[in-house]
Amino acid sequence: MAVIRQITLEVAQLLLVLALAPLFTGYVRKVKARLLRRRGPPVWQPYLDLARLLRKEVVLAENASWLFRAVPYLVFAATWVAAALVPTFVSGLASGRVADLIAIVALITSTRFFLALAGLDVGTSFGGIGSSREMMFATLAEPAMIMIVFTLALTAGSTQLSTIAEVFAGPGVGLRVSLGLALVALVLVAIAENSRVPVDNPATHLELTMVHEAMILEYSGRHLALIELAAALKLLLYVSLIACVFAPWGIAPAGAGPLAFATGVLLYGVKAAVIGFLLAFFETSIAKMRVFRVPEFLGVALMLGFLGTLLLFVTRSL
Amino acid sequence: MTLALHAGFVTCAWLALAAAAFPLTRSPRGSEVFYALAALVSAVGAASAVFVAIGTLPQTLSLPIGLPGLGTRLRLDALSTVFAVIVNGAACITSLYAIGYGREEPEPLRVLPAYALFLLGMNLVLIADDAFSFLVAWEFMSLSSWVLVVVRHRDAESRSAGLLYLMMAALGTVALLFAFGVLAGSEGAYTFDAVRGRTLTPVAAGIALLLVLIGTGSKSGLVPLHAWLPPAHAAAPSHVSALMSGVMTKVAVYGFVRIVFDLLGPPVWWWSMLVLALGGATCVLGVLYALMQHDLKRLLAYHTVENIGIIYIGLGLALGFEAYGMNWAAALALTAALFHVFNHCTFKSLLFLGAGAVQTSTGERDMERLGGLIHRMPRTAFLFLVGCVAISALPPLNGFVSEWLTFQAILLSPDIPNWGLKFLVPAVGAILALSAALAAACFVKAFGVSFLGRPRSPAAERAHETDPFSIAAMGLFALLCALAGIFPGIVIDLLSPAVSLLTGNRMPVQSALPWLAIVPIAESRSSYNGLLFFLFIAFTASLAALAIHRFASDKLRRGPAWDCGYPDPSPATQYTASSFAQPIRRVFGTLVFRARETVEMPAPGDMGAARMHLELRDLIWDYLYAPVAALVSFTADALNPLQFQTIRRYLGLVFLALVSLLLVLALWP
Repeated sequence: MAVIRQITLEVAQLLLVLALAPLFTGYVRKVKARLLRRRGPPVWQPYLDLARLLRKEVVLAENASWLFRAVPYLVFAATWVAAALVPTFVSGLASGRVADLIAIVALITSTRFFLALAGLDVGTSFGGIGSSREMMFATLAEPAMIMIVFTLALTAGSTQLSTIAEVFAGPGVGLRVSLGLALVALVLVAIAENSRVPVDNPATHLELTMVHEAMILEYSGRHLALIELAAALKLLLYVSLIACVFAPWGIAPAGAGPLAFATGVLLYGVKAAVIGFLLAFFETSIAKMRVFRVPEFLGVALMLGFLGTLLLFVTRSL
Repeated sequence: MTLALHAGFVTCAWLALAAAAFPLTRSPRGSEVFYALAALVSAVGAASAVFVAIGTLPQTLSLPIGLPGLGTRLRLDALSTVFAVIVNGAACITSLYAIGYGREEPEPLRVLPAYALFLLGMNLVLIADDAFSFLVAWEFMSLSSWVLVVVRHRDAESRSAGLLYLMMAALGTVALLFAFGVLAGSEGAYTFDAVRGRTLTPVAAGIALLLVLIGTGSKSGLVPLHAWLPPAHAAAPSHVSALMSGVMTKVAVYGFVRIVFDLLGPPVWWWSMLVLALGGATCVLGVLYALMQHDLKRLLAYHTVENIGIIYIGLGLALGFEAYGMNWAAALALTAALFHVFNHCTFKSLLFLGAGAVQTSTGERDMERLGGLIHRMPRTAFLFLVGCVAISALPPLNGFVSEWLTFQAILLSPDIPNWGLKFLVPAVGAILALSAALAAACFVKAFGVSFLGRPRSPAAERAHETDPFSIAAMGLFALLCALAGIFPGIVIDLLSPAVSLLTGNRMPVQSALPWLAIVPIAESRSSYNGLLFFLFIAFTASLAALAIHRFASDKLRRGPAWDCGYPDPSPATQYTASSFAQPIRRVFGTLVFRARETVEMPAPGDMGAARMHLELRDLIWDYLYAPVAALVSFTADALNPLQFQTIRRYLGLVFLALVSLLLVLALWP
């Protein structure tokens, strides 16, 4: 019985993030548009886009290899799994013991690894520029992320995300300098990882301003749909991560009743809405930076994460 | 099975094989027979080490050969067994590869005997139990690998690589000689057993540690003693490169572990700091150097330096934990290091074999002249990709597991009551994470530029798939990468006898856990399950594929690349290896390499091409090696006149030397 319950909750979480991810992207776009006094597309536009892409045929470059065709599935699967491993409305699932936070970070890295390879596969200059810059950003974003993981893990005494969420929800943690640093660093990393302004612009196809979009330029049809969905999932993953670690209220334990789950889902929606609004607000109030300013941006994240870890090495109470 | 049988078999078989190489090379298929026999001998060697280990360990053996009156002592314990299995297993697969690869060798007689002696040397290092036989075996290994490095001796680059290697190997052996001298002390404790019985003063132990770091570090490529490694590993034939990078550096690590963890006595905190600092520097510099390379084999060789750094970080952590009596944490860190030893052996050998296959097929090692090989060498490309994923520490392959274990060990270190380590360890953790990210970039570059895109030269266009033996060998290594990643608990349990021998503690038994998870300390703290992780991703990926093919359009049309509407047919418009690394070079290179780019624009109206110059400096070479070389040549020049003297002056010099020596003796307290 307990096993069935676990699996049901697991599947529910998988489906929840999959269903919510395009909605969240649409919501952020809508808020951005409203902040710019535009009407903007409806919040469900990403679903329509995905459906349209799925109906279209794939135009594949002549010398694209099997890797180019396999990557969308791999990237989608890995991102989906990673997004479902972050507790959204329920914590303490068995899947949390399969992979801890370090493994989730590594999973994100592998999606980037394969996307960068796909960018190089056709042998165009745009694919190359996208891959090379994306990997450059990653060389700073990833250690920053690991440092954030260290800060969280040292505070909670665990790298398991559900344990971290439970400890942080409990009374023992409170406000800490190291967690503040980690939060700022995590926001910076999340912005860079999801190719948001000011690091990259998800809405542009202007040649010299795009990084992530340049890398996936050759994709079309169902392949593009999978990659877009994976990008939406990744954005939601970081939102869930911030919500689960820094606002761990209302996350139901695996043994709770349906009412607790409903509250959990509802609270998760509220948290995501708040974070999405803040993201849109931040993006509209800042301009995109030059590519070689990004390392400084991410360097700040790395330093903050490192300082957080160092503080915890020096004393457990900061 | 006893140690005598194992040692006897290994020695006799390899010596016989080295001798048999001479008649065998006369026949056209001789090298195939040789390598088939070599694969057999290494397989039996690995198996016999395991059979010995199934009995009681450690087993010792005393032979009346060697130094008069002292003899030779051999010993096989859990640590030697682990390394013997790694060495012989990798040698077996590499020999299988060489059955196909070796056919292309123009001068097999330069390779085959040295190959057998090289493997013999490595095997003997692992079972040596006294200083003398250890050093003899060590030199055997060095010199035979030197012969293999200078196989292409008509090539000036090969010769200079060989010269540098020979000098560094000599330096290493001299340092080890002095280290054993310090360990032996005035009692002359020359067997390892006697050394274990001694207690060294802190100063003596410290000096011995420094000497061991020079001796084994120079062999494994620890910064700043790494300079010889990339040219030498790149110059050797590819199956030998695989053995040198994947296996010989591990034998050097064995030397370090054996002496420092087993012989040197209880560690002191600053040992850990030194090893950690060196490991961290090695890690990040190795991968940055690797990113700047466009020669595929040099890139791999520089990347070996990085992995050695990761191993030394694990060892340094273990020393730190042990210095403060946290043996359970030391066991975790040491397991991580040994796991990485195994992992690096599998994926680096795989990648070198892949590079060898590319080189045989295209005649090129320069990535700027490769490209598009995934179409012409699909199997090699797939297996090389597995190696790239594993080495970039991506789950669910094996590279991730050892990195994960190292991170877990770092997370235990705030409990160390030492302020120096409290500051150093998080920095090392950041460096480890940074080099993991750089490694991923490095292997996107290595695979993406060589195997993906469009061919950049006619040679790459004419490439063809390599022979089935090579594919089989690479496939075996790739399988090991996957198995060790999916079932890490089994590897951890196999390593635990060696770990408990050295730290007196071990990680919890992993194979008893449900679903083959690994749990370093406690489940609430951290756990990872490679099997379920792999199944989870495989399940969702197939679900996605199934849903897409059921519900979405399955139409597909091939067309020219889009490239924002202006695709250029020339392959020269693709990103190259150096352009791929350019952003990373701009971020890190200005500091580490003093990288300078100058662009010469033609005058307005001039239709000539603009030129870009790139200047990279190897600071370690410029500030460490070049001054030493300059000093040596200056001293040699200064002493040169002494060579052309009259007999009277010679006699005078001899007299002077005698008097000064006697004076020293007389004044010695």
